[in-house]
Amino acid sequence: MKFIWFNLMPWPDLPDDFRENNRSVWVDIDSKLYDPERGHAVYHEYMDQLEYADSLGFDGIGVNEHHQNGYGLMPSPNIIAAGLARRTSKAAIAVIGNSIALYNPPIRVAEEFAMLDVISGGRLICGFPVGTSMDTNYCYGQIPALTRDKYAEAHELIKRAWTEDEPFAFDGKYNQLRYVNCWPKPIQKPMPPIYIPGGGSIETWDFCIDNDYNYSYLSFSGYLAGKRLMDGYWERVAARGVDDSPYRGAFAQIICVADTDAEAKELYEEHVLYFYNRCLHVFPGFADAPGYRTIKTLQAGALNQLTAAAQRRFSELTWDDLVENGNIIAGSPETVTDRMKHMISSLRVGTVFCIMHNGNQPDWKTRYSTQLFAEKVMPKLADMWPEYAGDDRWWCKPLATRVDPTETIGGRARSELSE
Amino acid sequence: MRLDWIRIDTPRQTFCRVLTGGPPGGVPLVYFHGMAGLSEDDPLLARLAEDFTVYAPELPGYGESTGEETLEDMLDFTLHGWDVVDALHLDRPALVGHSMGGMMAAEMAAISPERPLKLALIDPLGLWIDECPIPDVFGMLPHTLPEVLFHDPVAGASTMTRGADFTDQQALLDFFIGNAKRLGTAGKILFPIPNRRLSKRLYRMRTDTLLVWGESDRMIPLDPYATKWQELVPSSSLVTIPDAGHMAPIEQPEATASAISSFLG
Repeated sequence: MKFIWFNLMPWPDLPDDFRENNRSVWVDIDSKLYDPERGHAVYHEYMDQLEYADSLGFDGIGVNEHHQNGYGLMPSPNIIAAGLARRTSKAAIAVIGNSIALYNPPIRVAEEFAMLDVISGGRLICGFPVGTSMDTNYCYGQIPALTRDKYAEAHELIKRAWTEDEPFAFDGKYNQLRYVNCWPKPIQKPMPPIYIPGGGSIETWDFCIDNDYNYSYLSFSGYLAGKRLMDGYWERVAARGVDDSPYRGAFAQIICVADTDAEAKELYEEHVLYFYNRCLHVFPGFADAPGYRTIKTLQAGALNQLTAAAQRRFSELTWDDLVENGNIIAGSPETVTDRMKHMISSLRVGTVFCIMHNGNQPDWKTRYSTQLFAEKVMPKLADMWPEYAGDDRWWCKPLATRVDPTETIGGRARSELSE
Repeated sequence: MRLDWIRIDTPRQTFCRVLTGGPPGGVPLVYFHGMAGLSEDDPLLARLAEDFTVYAPELPGYGESTGEETLEDMLDFTLHGWDVVDALHLDRPALVGHSMGGMMAAEMAAISPERPLKLALIDPLGLWIDECPIPDVFGMLPHTLPEVLFHDPVAGASTMTRGADFTDQQALLDFFIGNAKRLGTAGKILFPIPNRRLSKRLYRMRTDTLLVWGESDRMIPLDPYATKWQELVPSSSLVTIPDAGHMAPIEQPEATASAISSFLG
């Protein structure tokens, strides 16, 4: 199993009456609610937590991209990842990911990911999301019906930029570049592992299978609701005749660990509800720009977590609902271990994005939960897929000998350290 | 006057239904519909077909017309409009368009100024004035649209749903799919800002042009938008329609048709 400690980086100061006085946490959120001076401390607290997870032995630490979003403070996750690359030395750095259709030109993604891979010594895992309608269409103005086409072109360009050895001309519909010549290039060959965060598009499953990419289902609906979708993915994997290694799949799960089940509720309820009731308060008019989803996907009825009805449900959920529905896995180390085992085996996933900071959760609680998970839960889950031990096709391959940037070198040159 | 569907295809590989009717051999009038699409009981078309030979092509992505994947940008839509006119074997038709259709008709007239007999634009899209932003219909919930589109939102709401029963899951899904296709197609020329720089090309438009405007259009307000159109198109005149919003063709078909009929003569 691989565990990636993930921080969405929510803004922790949304007011109690946020839902009553604001129509959306995303796109047109009241920008006066953001306080840059407070933000200074918040960024550092969240980055400290990611670094802490590295020190506890999580396999990876993860960040993602959102725009104009009250629960995601990373319009550029690459900036956070660059900081992490310098302050950690072991964990994979999972940037899940860059919305490649939004970069103009998308060669920028090839370059920045290459930089991150080189700085981190080959610890990079890359995500290429199509992006939500909120980010892609409403915030960044992409034409909904052309978003997927533009994404496909950006993907082709980035892949070629990483893998071709000579400069080439790229005559795309959305990007025309006379001299594509990615410089620097990534350490990992032919390219870092690619994860595709997907909602429920059938086309995305085939895209992952065709390119040997990991399919990551990132949802706040929890694993019981996610099962239908992951089952669909695995059926597609079987139908396409490729092996069914669980490492082809990943799932994001909100996890809260305490000494007992009762303590978990006492410690985390407020913050989990802050997340579900305030952070997920998205105006339904922004959920699905017409043309963003393919007709095939709409016909399959795979309208998922962000439909208007689902949004309303999120806002009204209680702690007990969230635990019972599997939106969150919370409780004592024993309870969490049991439910994690159930989640991992029922979804057949080899990689879990562990969301362990919730909404406005204070630092000490996040560290407490993270430490208990690392010490009392993770070891019991390590061997969930013994028949696939060593299947690292979707994991990063760092240099065996690499710089440890966390070493204090004072005023000396790094090359002198080993002397 | 009753209208019937005929089917045409274009060299671009679109397959379009065209609602046709009117006296054979009459003055040909090609009508380009708005974002919502075309319905065979459209009251404006029925009324226009009493005086003209009406052809109302259904845009690919709408209804049963297909090939929308071949239409990607404004030039594609504009040339598609002329492809349809050619496929109908019309030489110099009058062009009439409502909302998005008005934008298309104006683009067609700007690119081929000698070809339209005359031009009538009903509450047309195509211009953008920073001080008076057009509401984002792509980011609005369906039940809030009538307020923007109609002079009488209550009456307007019932015409929008056309009697569909949305408690039926399949009907709801069909509506969503149809809506995604229609507005997904419209979004190629209207999202996120309905401005594809037509204002740069309007100097080419020399055709006699009538602007028909619902007086209470809350989507594209008469003032300043009609004023801006008149400024950019010196060969235009304006008729305003009382008790009509953006959906003047639905709310006041008789007054809208009369204005167009007297203009086209």
